[in-house]
Order: sequence, then structure tokens, then C-alpha cells
Amino acid sequence: MTEPAIAPAESTSGRGPGGAGPASTSLGGSSTADRIYNGVITLFALCVPLLLLGLFFEVGAAGWPALKKFGVGFLFSSNWDPVREQFGVAPAIVGTLATSIVALIIATPLALGVAIYIAEFAPTWLRTPIAFLVDLLAAIPSVVYGLWGIFVLVPIMRSTVMPFLRDTLHLGATPFFAGPAYGPSVLTAGVILAIMALPYISSVSREVLLAVPRTQREAALALGATRWEAIQGAVLPYARTGIIGGIILGLGRALGETMAVTMVIGNRHDLSASLFAPGYSIASLIANEFTEASGDLHLSALMAAGFVLFVITLIVNAIARWLVWQMAGGQRSVA
Amino acid sequence: MSKSILRTLASTTGAVILLATTAGAAVAQDLTGAGATFPYPMYSKWFNDYAIRTNVKINYQSIGSGGGVRQISEQTVDFGATDGPMSDEELGKAKGGKILHIPTVMGADVVVYNLPETKETLKLDGALIADIFLGKVTKWNDPRIVAENKGVALPATDIVVVHRSDGSGTTFIWTDYLTSVSKDWAAGPGKGKDVKWPVGIGGKGNEGVAGQVKQIPGSIGYVELVYARQNKLAYAHIKNSHGSYVDATIESVTAAAAEIAKGLPRDSDYRISIVNAPGKDAYPISSLTWLLVYENQTNGDKGKKLVDFLKWMLADGQKSASSLDYAPLPGAIVKQLQDRIKQIKVS
Repeated sequence: MTEPAIAPAESTSGRGPGGAGPASTSLGGSSTADRIYNGVITLFALCVPLLLLGLFFEVGAAGWPALKKFGVGFLFSSNWDPVREQFGVAPAIVGTLATSIVALIIATPLALGVAIYIAEFAPTWLRTPIAFLVDLLAAIPSVVYGLWGIFVLVPIMRSTVMPFLRDTLHLGATPFFAGPAYGPSVLTAGVILAIMALPYISSVSREVLLAVPRTQREAALALGATRWEAIQGAVLPYARTGIIGGIILGLGRALGETMAVTMVIGNRHDLSASLFAPGYSIASLIANEFTEASGDLHLSALMAAGFVLFVITLIVNAIARWLVWQMAGGQRSVA
Repeated sequence: MSKSILRTLASTTGAVILLATTAGAAVAQDLTGAGATFPYPMYSKWFNDYAIRTNVKINYQSIGSGGGVRQISEQTVDFGATDGPMSDEELGKAKGGKILHIPTVMGADVVVYNLPETKETLKLDGALIADIFLGKVTKWNDPRIVAENKGVALPATDIVVVHRSDGSGTTFIWTDYLTSVSKDWAAGPGKGKDVKWPVGIGGKGNEGVAGQVKQIPGSIGYVELVYARQNKLAYAHIKNSHGSYVDATIESVTAAAAEIAKGLPRDSDYRISIVNAPGKDAYPISSLTWLLVYENQTNGDKGKKLVDFLKWMLADGQKSASSLDYAPLPGAIVKQLQDRIKQIKVS
């Protein structure tokens, strides 16, 4: 039951690039109007990658003085001292990745559960309200999440969740859940990010699941599968690439989130194995220090940190794409 | 084909740029300024009152002191504002010549703490605060804290330090004070709008620090006086250089500046620190905040408006300071500044 008998025939993701339509008829060359139209459309399409390239070079150039001065030490040092103009972003890199991973570990099963329930089990009258409420999570401004984090989540984490993990589950024996529980921590930031990433993952997964053809389920059920077996064996594998797309979207949200993380992560330039320890993330570092950074090197170091975040995002996205391709097997692109 | 695309690209980009520049010039303000966030409530009240009185509109963007210094140096604004004075190096880079520091109001940092069991107001001295923030004093019942608070029941719990995570004038005042009272602090983190904190948790903004201190029992942090008063937070009395424990009030902050003003030369550039000021009533963790203006005003109309505003600010403006919990400048400094403003050359 590992591989579905009925291989997906085409990409399930309805959000694919324009090539998914019928075989493209040539737009160019027939008349002046067509040529202008073609040119304008091409221009619009080029705008985004050009903007991205522009950002990449601009941020890279602004960060260059710091990168040149500190070299690879910039990536591996945890010494961030604006007074003596010494800068290293190792804790922020680790914090960015750690909070995002924690967020995905928490959010993915929850979001999939929500999506599967809505797509497969929920009665029709309940489907829309639940979907609406979950999607609404994405509309809450991040500073509201942050303030809610300080005043509601942090006390809960400190007084209930962290002691439970450390003492009741005896996870304190591992380095990841050791140390005093102040509240603001990498773990707390991960939890906030999980809530923020959840609607992205669940809403994409839901749409993808709903797009799986009925015949897929009917075939599995006809073979004697239970409802759950049909979902597990026929629906989920069919929707796999789309679901991973949703997870990537959630990950992107988590990597770049600034305000909510800043409020609850503790903003500490220290490397610690414990998720209970306060940490830092690159986005919150920039948000914290950019407005008041007056030294040239300080500014440049913040730009370089932004550049590093840029590169991390690119790498993570590349890995995710590669994963999707691997999973999609031979039928990787329709266009 | 590619040629036509390039041509379309070029013309469209041109149109977009044209659109952007015309949109930018749409709203006319008489004067524009940018900088410090700490005095923003005061400034916005002043600019509002001043606009009603004189019909001169002043647009102020509270983008932070660092941004204020950069923008006045680049001459993109008519005046800047900062919570920490510009360094000689920064002054040297200013494109419009000599920049004057004009003090406007004063603020103070207070030490807020969360000790649910302790009802009495704590008393602390500078060296002790520095050692707490250096991570050398880690328990609330440390003999040094007990010695200053005889008869106060202090718990045997850990001290959790909370500091600002964002660069800020509040932190500048704070570290300026710690540097002046502790050699170890001066040799260690030093002073700046953002420093390398030896211990503690970072909160974003005054509200972030206050929020963490409220949430974490056993914590200690620093916020602006204005913020502590408006939010009714408990804060410690601080031992000043005279040896008395002083509560942070508008009067004790003004007293600190008045003491410093006594010894101020007439040609002072006002880049002065008033932390750890002498005087029995002076609150030690106080600071001025400044407007930054060029001595040579090249635009005659704007220059005149700016000077008129500064005159108004020193006269009528000062009267409304305490209504927003800012400390007004002491009379001696106001008198000196009125002379100083006359030096601004309007061509």
C-alpha cells in the first residue's frame, strides 16, 4: 500500500504556472496589437524576477563591507557588539532555523488534520465556517500575535508547558529541554510561528485535497479500503506535491516573520542547545536594530544579516523544490 | 522581439518613475524633521499647537535617533532629533556644515522590577545595578541588595535581567549611567544605543521590557519614566552622587539638569550628559533629548520658520512639557539657549 496503484496523471496543484492550460497557441507575430500585448505581459512577468535580482544585489552590496571585514566569521561568531563594532550572526541563523523547524513540526500535523477533516469528513454546512475561521488566522497582524504572545502565550509556556515538558515528561534530561523556564524562548517563538504558519499549510492542503478526483477515492473504496485507508492510500499520495507546496509556503512565513518572533524569542545573542533558552532570529535582529544603527559597519552588518537570510531562504526553497520533484517522479512539469 | 521588449521596458519604467516623483512632491509641509521616538509625543503636541497658533506646519517622522542623524547629515530633512548626542565623527560627515544640538526636554530611565512578595519600594545604588546587569549579582537576597534595603523581605530567587533588544535612546541613557558609575561596565559593555548584554532577555520597546517584567517574577528592567508613570509600574529609588535615594519625578530630573547647568560654559555645544549629576535632589539616570539644526540655514524661508519655532518651543513649549510627563529644561539652560539660537544664520 506504499505506492498507489493509480498513478496521478497530472499535477494536482491548480496553482501551477500558466503553462497548465491548453497547449499554448502562438500569441506573437500576428498583429501589432498582439505584439504590444505580448510585450506588456512579458514585461510584467519579468518585473518580479528583476526586482528579486535587484534586491539581491542591493542588499548584498550594502552588506559587503561587513562581509569583507568579518569573512566567514560573520556566519560562525556569536559576538554581536555594536559598541566595539564586532558582528557575528551565528545565534540568529540557528534561531531562525530552529524556530522555523519547531513551527513546522507543530503546525504540519495540525494543519493536515484540519485540511483532511474539512475535505473528507466535515459535513458540508460545517466546511465553510471552519475553513473561514482557520484562514482568518492568516489575516491577524503579526504585532497582534506578538502582544498576545507576551501577555498570554509566554505565561502559559512558563508556568505550564515548559515545566510539563521538562519535569513531567522528563525531557529535561535531554539538552533540548533543559535549563530554567523564563518564558521568552526559541520554543515559544516556534509555537507562535506554528500558529501563524498553520493557515497557509492547511488552506493549500485543503484546496489540493478537494481537487483530488472523486474517481481516486471511489477506486480505493471499491477495492474494499476503509474510508481512512482510501485517504491514506489514494488521496494523500495524489495530493502529496501540493501539500508539500503548502508546507513550503508555511516555512517561508516562518523564516521571514519578524514582529511576533521579536516579542517572544528573548532576543539574546547566544548559542544554546536548549529550546528553553532565549535566542534570536535574523529578521528580528534587523527589526530591532535597524532604526537606531548609526555606525556604518553596524548598518552594513545588518544588511549582511539580511543577505544571509535571503540566501537561507533561497537554499531552503531550492531543497523544497527538489523534494517536490523527487516525489512527483517523472511527471515533473506539464508546461 | 527582444528589442521591442526592451523598448517597452524602458518607456514603462520611465512612466513609473515620473509617476513616483510627482506623487512624492504632492503634500507640501513648511518644515520636515525626523528622528528620536522617545520625545515624539511631546513633539507631536508642540507641532500641533504651533500649527494652530501660527499656521506653520511641521511634519515629524519618529524613525529613531539613528535615522534622524543620518537624514539631517544628508540634508533630506530640515531638522533632526536624537536621544544621544552626535559623535565628532558623525558631525564631521554632515553635508550642510556645522550642526547645533538644541536640547528640548528631559527624560529619565527608571528601574522596574517584579517582586510580588515585596511591598516596600526598593533602594538601589549605581554600582549594584551595574553588577546585576553584568550578571555578578544573581540572587535577590544578595547581601549587597539586603544591605541597602534593611528590613525588606527579599526572596532567595534568581534575578532575571530584562533589557531593550532594539537600539534606543533609553538604552543610551541607561548605559551612559552604568558606564559613569561602574568601571567594570565601562570596560565591558560600554555605552551606546545598543550594547552587548552580558546577561538577560531582550524586550522590544518600552512596552516589550515592561511586558516581560510584568510577566516574569524576579525580573528587573529599565524603561522610560514617562512609560512607567503612565502604566503605573513600581520602580526603585536610586542613590545619587550626593548619597541620597531619589525617586524619579519631573522635579528630580529637572534638578539634575539644573545642577549641570550651573557649571556649563556659555559656549557649550550642549552635547552634555546629565547622568549621575551632583545635587541632593538630582535623579541620577536622566538625559536631555535634542533637536539637530544646521547653523547655516541656506533656505531663508525655512530657516526663519525653524528659528521662530525654536523660540516658541523654549518659551511657550516648555510650559506644556510636564503635562505629558516630560521634564522641562531648567531656566538657566533656556536663557543660554535663547542666546544660542540667535547664532543660527539665515541667509
